[in-house]
Formats: sequence, structure tokens, C-alpha cells
Amino acid sequence: MKYNLILSGVGGQGILTIAAILDTATLNQDLYVKQSEVHGMSQRGGAVQSHVRISDSEIYSDLIPQGKADMILSVEPMELLRYLPYLKNKGWLITDSHPFINTNDYPNKNDLYKQITSHPNHIIINATEIAKKLGNSKAANMVLLGAASSLIPLSEESILAAIKKLFEKKSERIINLNIEAFQSGKKLAKEYTDFVY
Amino acid sequence: MKRLLLGNEALAHGAINAGISGVYAYPGTPSTEITEYIQKSKIAKSLGIHATWSVNEKTAMEAALGMSYSGKRAMVVMKHVGLNVASDVFMNMAVSGVNGGLVVVVADDPSMHSSQNEQDSRFYGKFAMVPILEPSNQQEAYNVMHYAFDLSEELKLPILVRMVTRLSHSRAGIILKERRAQNGIQLPVDTNRFALIPLNAKKQFEKLVSKKGILVESSEKSTYNKLSLSNDKSLGIIACGIAYNYIMENISEDKDFFSILKISQYPLPKEKIKELYNHCDKIVVIEEGYPIVEELIHNYFDENDKIKGKLSGDLPLTGELTPNSVGKAIGFYSNNPDEIPSIVTGRPPQLCEGCAHADLFNAINELIPEIGNKKVFGDIGCYALGALPPYNTINTLIDMGASITMAKGAADAGLENVIAVIGDSTFTHSGMTGLLDAVYENTPMTVVISDNSAIAMTGTQESTAVGRLKNICLGIGVDPEHLITMIPLKKNHDKNVNILRKELQYKGVSVIISERACVRLSRTQKEDIKLKIASLN
Repeated sequence: MKYNLILSGVGGQGILTIAAILDTATLNQDLYVKQSEVHGMSQRGGAVQSHVRISDSEIYSDLIPQGKADMILSVEPMELLRYLPYLKNKGWLITDSHPFINTNDYPNKNDLYKQITSHPNHIIINATEIAKKLGNSKAANMVLLGAASSLIPLSEESILAAIKKLFEKKSERIINLNIEAFQSGKKLAKEYTDFVY
Repeated sequence: MKRLLLGNEALAHGAINAGISGVYAYPGTPSTEITEYIQKSKIAKSLGIHATWSVNEKTAMEAALGMSYSGKRAMVVMKHVGLNVASDVFMNMAVSGVNGGLVVVVADDPSMHSSQNEQDSRFYGKFAMVPILEPSNQQEAYNVMHYAFDLSEELKLPILVRMVTRLSHSRAGIILKERRAQNGIQLPVDTNRFALIPLNAKKQFEKLVSKKGILVESSEKSTYNKLSLSNDKSLGIIACGIAYNYIMENISEDKDFFSILKISQYPLPKEKIKELYNHCDKIVVIEEGYPIVEELIHNYFDENDKIKGKLSGDLPLTGELTPNSVGKAIGFYSNNPDEIPSIVTGRPPQLCEGCAHADLFNAINELIPEIGNKKVFGDIGCYALGALPPYNTINTLIDMGASITMAKGAADAGLENVIAVIGDSTFTHSGMTGLLDAVYENTPMTVVISDNSAIAMTGTQESTAVGRLKNICLGIGVDPEHLITMIPLKKNHDKNVNILRKELQYKGVSVIISERACVRLSRTQKEDIKLKIASLN
């Protein structure tokens, strides 16, 4: 088993939190993991990405080769498309529909959705909106992780355990909010795929 | 269970377990997390391991040498361009040799993710004639530290450990080993070798040159250099450091069909290379950075087209390696991947909302119609983003501290109204000496120290400048009348423009300290800074 996942977004949107949860969940299951990330200048509102590789045998490259990603999971729709060269044939595209606009030439969001839905496997949900309704828009990343979870070869228990571990120093309320966000994302993704496919 | 660690953290943990007594460093991407890991480590704290940031890479390396002189193990850490700053001591401590183990860790940044160039530190290792270790993965980054300190103490030489961005900033599960004790104080038997007057230096240099054979022998038998020959003779691969991972990514399923020499220790193991060369019809050299190994091997066997790599055009000469470029170089062609849709636009990094640098740039920009374009000399830090729209304020960015000295040179050339913009930490790193040059001649120029009380770009590390800038400037001899403080806020815009205008009119050195803390500092950090300033003034 080998699973390659690219996380993408804008510096500060919380993709490293998703990465950290996946890393921990992977080690919980005694699998191999490699996860690269971006530090330094790009973290200041620039495009950032993380390559997460999960396997039951030794992983060599820290970078996923182009055309080998099983999934691109993005917290922002334009940032999803930036990594298309990495997507495997029939790989999954999962993204928040909510755009993060900090440039003058940001494209029309409907054109972005059109591009994304032209791929066979995709899930677009308004994770930011859902997280806001749950009480904190910052939990959008957990909504998206939930949406992706059934496709990632890790058990739900180990992902939930990893979420609890990551937020262990925070209040009970924060932990529950993140778990709730995860569950909503999972449910919505199911509704989305049931509807589309 | 395995411990999940960044390559940098694995290396740092390896250094703690190898028995260091101190780490010395100045932050710089992609090297920063090594020192931060030791600073945050409870074990390191309980062992009393020194881990405070140094003012710059040169002071860091000299302090590490001092610790080594005393008999203890020391590590010094920097990014590749930091080694330029520390190159004076680096070259000379190869001649003096070390006492306690001394390991120089340098993180290169091929593809310039967060740097001005992609210089390859292996050249420095070769230049100084010291062994280089180049781990290929996180576990090796951990393991290699113990070995590096042993090697350093055995050879009495500093060891260069070369990391690259992708290894530094990628996580994996690491198996940790036991920790060994630190050394006690034990002064060198012969201190003459550390006193490099020509008489001693000549002897020491002879000694260094004569160690070449021992160094090569150590590489030949090193387990970090692994040769595996296969029956298929069509292709032999030399894979250095992280390049080994990209090769294995491509061939892992049929690795038995390939002859591979993995290299993680230099100087090059010449015999092993010869063996591979004689065994195979074609050699491909895969290395991150400059084609240094490829060039050397050409020399071994005279120029010939049996050797492929970057020089032959089989791999790009610039940018970092990728699993795809490496696959292509050994003849594995993958399908053309999807392209990035044309509607996707660039998203360059930008200053944070509420950043003090932005208010400073707005004030300077208002004066540009009066003073003329292209006169603002910039420096290294977040404020380098002032070179981009919407500000376009900064015209130059070369190296740490060059804003002040370039502005001085321009003023010497007769350019009027020159401005240098430099951060607080960059100023103490390499700006102070340049300011003394300017003060010495009372050069007509305006230096703006954009003081956000942090080394912000690399993650708000503590700046040695906090609470000291004014006294430093006064000590250097800046006229107190022309040492002005301003607060870069929107509401102070007009006032700040007037301050700048007035100082630009002064025909001598002015220093304006534009003072407002980085918006990324935590509440605790801000409190600490306040206490520090109060205790110093």
C-alpha cells in the first residue's frame, strides 16, 4: 500500500495541522510516513504545500513525483489547481470552495470550480462556512480532513486519536469543535459523492 | 515507537545524543529548526547545553571553536550563505584543527525557496580540505551526528555536514539510540596549532594537506558510502546525499538490476568510483547542487562522454532535483503530467496585515517624487518584500548588511538622498561595521533601522538588538541630533514623512529607528521584550 497526498493552501491556513494529524495517525498504525513542508518566506501569505506519503514499506523520496498523487486536498480552490501536475489519473481533488483572495488578479471563482469539476473525482464543499457555523472558521481544515478521510487508507479511530493528541493542551471545547468539524466534513463529502456519483 | 521528526530535528536530536555541550547559530531558512529544537529540548536544558542564538554565523563558529578548544563537543549551524560570513574562521580552523569534536552543519537551499543563491557548501568543504557528510534521509541525519563527532575527534578536524531544504523540512519516523555523555574540559596538548602565526600555520597546513590520504581512506571504508554492483553493466549510478532517495524512488522495485554507488561521505572514495566506472558502460552522476562530483570524476578518467549528469545536460544545472528529473536522467520516461490551468495566478508571499514595514514603505514612497527613484538600498529580512508590488520601495538586496555599505558607496559616488533600510537583527548581524564606515566619513546618507524586535522572517526568534539599538548607534558615533526614533503607524504617516525628509536634507549620517514590534510576536514574547528593554535602559 502506498498513498500520496498533496495538501495545499495559503501560508497560515492550517495545512500543517492537517499534515501533523496524518503523520501521527500513520505512525499510530505502524506505517511509514514522509511529509515535506514549506518554511520561510512563502509562509507569509504565499502559496504553500505539503507532500504526505503513507506506505506499508520504506518510502524514499520526500517529494511525490508528478502524476503520482492519489489526492490533492486543498483549503483553497485556486491553490488546488496549482498542483494538478502531481495528480494521478483518476486521483481525487478535494477543496474548500471558499477563495482566499490576497492578490489583484485572482481568477473568477466559478471558472475555478469549472476546472475542478472537469476532473472525474472531486469534492467541493464550503468548509469555511461549515466551520464558522460550528463556532470557529479556523476549523475549516478539519472539515476538509473529514471530507477526505474515507479515501485515505487510515482508520478513523487513529485519525481521531491524532486530532485529540494534537489539541490535547487546548480546552475540551476546542477538541470537540475540531472533532465535530471532522465529522461534518465526512458527512458532507458522503452526501456530495452520493449526489454526484 | 518511532519518533516523528523533521530532518532538522532528527539531526538536532542526533547532536544531543552525540554529547554536544553547545550549539551556536544564527537563524536562516532552511537551517533554523535545528537550533530551535535544542532550545526547546528539556533534555538539552537539563544537560546545560548552550543553545542561545549568536549575533551572526562568524561569531557562532568562533564560539563553537572556543568550546572545542576547551575539549568539549560543539555544533555550529547555518544556512548556506551563512557559511560565507563564517568562511574566515571555517578556512582557518581547518588549519588549526579542533580539540573537542566540532561539527559545522550547513543547510543548502537549491531552488532558492528562501535564499538569494543556490551555492553548494560541498565546495567549501573541499576548499577547506575537511570531510563532508551528506545524509540522504532523516534517519541518516540522526545517525550521522554521532559518527561526525567521532570522526572530528579522531582526525582533529572540523566536519561539515551538508543538509538540503527537502531533507531539512521533511518529516519521517526516526529510531533513536542511546545518548552519550559530554566531554569534560580538556585543553589541547599543544596550543601552538591554534596560534596561527606563519611559523605554526606552515606546519599545520602541511599537516592538513598530508591528511588527505587518511580522509580518502575513511571515505573508502565508510558505511555511508555504499557500492552495490549488479550483473547488468549498462548503467552505473552515483547518487549523492538526498539524490539517493530520488533514484530509489524510481528503481526501488527492481533495484537489484542497477549498480549504484551511494555517496554520503567526502572526499570521494576514488577506488569505489573506479570499481563502478570499470564495471559499467555508462555512469550517471546525480547530485543536489553544483556538478562538483561529476566534474571531479571527469578529472579522474579524463574527459569522456561515458559520464552523464548536469554538465552533459541530462539533468538541469539550476534548481533542485525532483524524482521526475532524476527518473528522466536514467532513462525512465513518465507520461506528461497535467498542466497547471492557465487561470491559476501567482501568489507571492507578502507582508502580514498590520506589519510595521508597510507603514515605513508608505512613508518612504511618499518622498520618492522629491528625492528620485532607485535610491533605496535594502537588506535581508521580511522587508525585502518591499521590492515587490504594491510597494516597490526597495531596489537592492544582496547580502546581510549590504544596505548600509552599498548606500555609502553610492553616496561616495555622488548620489544624493540615499536611504538604507535594514532590520534590527540584520543590523546587529552585519550592519554595525558598515555604519562605522559611514560615521567615520560622515557620509551624507540616511539609515532606517526597521526595528520589529525580532528575527521575523525565520519565525520571530529573539533579536540581540532588542533594547540596544540606540546605544549601539551612539557608541558607533552617530550624532545624537540625527538619531531619531519614529513609530510606523498610519496615524503617524505625515509626521514620519517629515522626519525622513528632514534627515535626508542633512548632509551627514542620520539613523532613524522605525520602531514597532512584529505583529507575529506572541503576547509572551512581547512581554519579554518589554522587560528586556526596561532592564537595559
